[in-house]
Amino acid sequence: MGLTRRPLRMPGTQVSRGVRVWLIALLVYSSLEVALGAFAATGPGNTGAPAESPDLDERVREVASELRCVVCQNLSVADSPSDLAKEMRNLIRELLQQGKTPDEIKAYFQSRYGDFVLLEPPKRGFNLLVWGLPFVALGVGACGVYLVAKRWTMGKHESAPPLDPVYAERVRRELKEREGSSGP
Amino acid sequence: MISTLGGFTIFLALGVTLYAVAASIYGARHGREDWLASSRNAILAHFCLVTVAIFLLEYALVTSDFSLRYVANNSTQGSLTRYKIAGLWGSLEGSILLWEWLQSLMASLVVARYSDRGPSGCRQLMPYVQAVMQGISAFFLLLMAFAVNPFARIFPIPPDGRGLNPLLEVTDMLVHPLLLYSGYVGFSVPYAFAMAALITGRPTEEWLRITRRWTVVAWMFLTGGIFYGGWWSYRTLGWGGYWAWDPVENASFMPWLTATAFIHSVMIQERKRMLRVWNLVLVTLTFSLVIFGTFLTRSGILGSVHAFADGPVGVMFLSFLALVLLFSFGLVAYRADQLKGHGELDSIVSRESAFLLNNLVLVGICFTVFLGTIFPLLSEAIRGNKISVGMPYFNKVSVPLGMALLLLMGIGPLIAWGRASLNNLKRNFLKPALGAVAGAAVLYALGVHQREVLAAFSFCFFVIGTIIFEFVVATRTRARTMNESFPTAFGTLLLKSRRRYGGLIVHLGVVIAIIGIAVSSVYKVEREQTLKAGETMTIGRYTLRFDGMAAGERPTHILVWANLLALRDGKPLQELTPGQRFYPNQQSPFASVDARYRWNEDLYVVLSSFERDGSSATIKAIINPMISWIWIGGGVILIGIVVAVLPERQLALLTVRVKAQVA
Amino acid sequence: MSWKRALIPLACVPLIILLAYGFRTDPKAIPSPLVQKMAPGFRIAIYDGEDVSLEGLKGKPVVLNFWASWCYPACYEEAPLLQATWQKYKDKGLHMIGVDIQDKEESGREFMRRFNFTFPNGPDPGSKISIDYGVYGVPETFFINRGGRIAYKHVGALTPDLIEEQIQAILKE
Repeated sequence: MGLTRRPLRMPGTQVSRGVRVWLIALLVYSSLEVALGAFAATGPGNTGAPAESPDLDERVREVASELRCVVCQNLSVADSPSDLAKEMRNLIRELLQQGKTPDEIKAYFQSRYGDFVLLEPPKRGFNLLVWGLPFVALGVGACGVYLVAKRWTMGKHESAPPLDPVYAERVRRELKEREGSSGP
Repeated sequence: MISTLGGFTIFLALGVTLYAVAASIYGARHGREDWLASSRNAILAHFCLVTVAIFLLEYALVTSDFSLRYVANNSTQGSLTRYKIAGLWGSLEGSILLWEWLQSLMASLVVARYSDRGPSGCRQLMPYVQAVMQGISAFFLLLMAFAVNPFARIFPIPPDGRGLNPLLEVTDMLVHPLLLYSGYVGFSVPYAFAMAALITGRPTEEWLRITRRWTVVAWMFLTGGIFYGGWWSYRTLGWGGYWAWDPVENASFMPWLTATAFIHSVMIQERKRMLRVWNLVLVTLTFSLVIFGTFLTRSGILGSVHAFADGPVGVMFLSFLALVLLFSFGLVAYRADQLKGHGELDSIVSRESAFLLNNLVLVGICFTVFLGTIFPLLSEAIRGNKISVGMPYFNKVSVPLGMALLLLMGIGPLIAWGRASLNNLKRNFLKPALGAVAGAAVLYALGVHQREVLAAFSFCFFVIGTIIFEFVVATRTRARTMNESFPTAFGTLLLKSRRRYGGLIVHLGVVIAIIGIAVSSVYKVEREQTLKAGETMTIGRYTLRFDGMAAGERPTHILVWANLLALRDGKPLQELTPGQRFYPNQQSPFASVDARYRWNEDLYVVLSSFERDGSSATIKAIINPMISWIWIGGGVILIGIVVAVLPERQLALLTVRVKAQVA
Repeated sequence: MSWKRALIPLACVPLIILLAYGFRTDPKAIPSPLVQKMAPGFRIAIYDGEDVSLEGLKGKPVVLNFWASWCYPACYEEAPLLQATWQKYKDKGLHMIGVDIQDKEESGREFMRRFNFTFPNGPDPGSKISIDYGVYGVPETFFINRGGRIAYKHVGALTPDLIEEQIQAILKE
């Protein structure tokens, strides 16, 4: 459906119709902008005057969110309410203050708990399968879709399928009605 | 007494079910209407029997008959009645009974609706539909008869029950499982029809029409269940999130994805009689994923918050899953050639292609989630190395796919069927696209600089633009041609083209939810601080003042809470009392979240820990901007589905379409 | 039906096999990467005693046991066994240290009194030692040999046979 080209009745001017659409769109867009823009202003980094450096808190949270809480079910160290997770967060904070990088900290935990403690599998060896397969599958799928679509468009050149007679009859009837009602 | 009666009912139901399977198949193969009639009666009898069983178990629960092991494990004398009732689905045995009851209910509804009425094509399918549905019921009844008997006795009879897990004694427990199960079981109907179509080898389009409506309704329940689960999780668990990509959560998400793909690709089959085999595959996949999901939940092979497993159940579910997969895909492989439709497309740039891409992305996401869920098991099996595949992975791989889907949501509804001319593309997409770019530019000016966020929002603007465009222009057209006022035209349009406009409302809901998800994750602010009485912590524009601890006894637990005063810009706003609940037979306390939920942002507070003497407390505070939009979006989706699925008059639909195209 | 078509349903079989394998695994068990590696050093403040450090025990076999008073029933089951084993081997050159994790001092002392622990036990403030040893639950026991390497890690309550076997192994070298 789109803008009609041959209106049966003369409308108001093209301008007024277009303007209505624009106005509604503008209204919706601006309200969204206001709402979203407000959060850009209070985003991370603008947390107000904190007791400690907000940077450090953020960095702790970032590292902690990539480590798995080993005593919980599927939660990250950042999200977990357990005592062990709290101590792990404190340890992360200390290590960060000592100047260690996030990777070094993750390696620290990895050397003690194994790969299990990393919330996303390290990108090497066998694990590349889980990182790569989705994209490979998508690629294969996309090719498949393309080939199928291509095959469908080829077939069109042969012959048009016969129009379902019931459908055709309805169309004829509707057209007749329409022509009858619209007048000169 | 109840135990014997209940057990007997199960066995009897099993017998009746097996009879129904046999009678349906025999009646179909030998053209014996009397056997078919008998099978239909058997199905109704089966439903009555299972209803009796449910009744018995509920009676035992409500009267706290602790001679039944299940009642002793899932309720206490002092529980509120509604939680006694909800105890029915509190753990394994009862949940199987509930599932089976819903299964028998659906089977009866299908029999009642489609066996007499309906075109002849449907008639031929019915016996096999019955057989498949009864076969599924037979499995669940078998489970209860030989492995997990809900009516098992316990000796000696305990004075009081253990009760439901405290996390489950909330109103949400009355809603969430029922929604999910209705969705899951609902998908067995289109599956049964698909199997019947494959067995009889008849490529009728009737099964499609019936299947589509059932799939949409089941999909509605599943969507509701998933959103509700997230909402419940958010308000109760205390980690501030709503979706953890937990294996069981993924298990509910995967059938949802394939069902969504089916709902879309079905439209191509309706119009062009293409993709028949693919649609059969999608329906089969959806049901298989449902069974896979229950297998995961009940086998304990993947650790999860939701898992409640043990014993031979896992093996039985795996066997059933194997049976379903081999049977269904075997049938598909066997019949595929006979069911192939003839596909014709005018142009690659068309709605058909957009739908193909839609399917590709949805199935792609499903594949990714599936891979991520079983990969730890695969890694352990092949390399002996235990790894985790958690939130960071799933978020990373699903976001780009989600964005692609978002874009398709905008393009799909407005691109023409068959061949989309340049003119058609320009007319329908130029303005929304411009709006998207403009919207992104404004956001950039307001301070949003992250590329992914800008891209996501510009796509959202695009989709909203196309939806507004479609609604307004169509209403306008109708108002003019039918000489109706704008509101009347809008209403009539909604009523007459329910599928289309319901679908657009659903898309709108999805966009709203995506905006909620995007904003709440990117702009989330979290602070954790230990405070002594009188001290404050700042988060965003809020200040939280700790005014001391308090404790009190509740009927089932001891509640310890922190008294906080939330201020904004210096002015007192609200009192918040995050706490911890200590239950007598639970080792660690449960969080009691308190929050200020508003449409624009939530101020969410949790009590992490506290000193015994109440001198200090560690408070975790989170600001989740626009997170309510997720729940609102979910609501809009449900409204859209309801609009779309109410029965429409085919002729009216045709009329509107023809008029629009001619005008 | 061509053989190629039969592949479609058969493709499901590997998945079924994988899931069946899942029955043999324990989703909660985390294999430790520390076995056969050098035991991480620590210093622990013993209840009613002097600090003990792993460094100070160089060249001696050590049994390091992590427990807690709230760990029921496993820690309660193995506690008498631990004490009995200590009595047996303390004069044979074995050292045993208990670490009371995430516990209150009172409860820890009460636990020790109840089982008459005479080997050194201490708390682990900040869970530093626990994290260093990759501890994720209680009880867990590490058998450290004379060379300072972790010979064996056991998760869960100890059994008499197991503890005998492992102690003999680390005493031998």
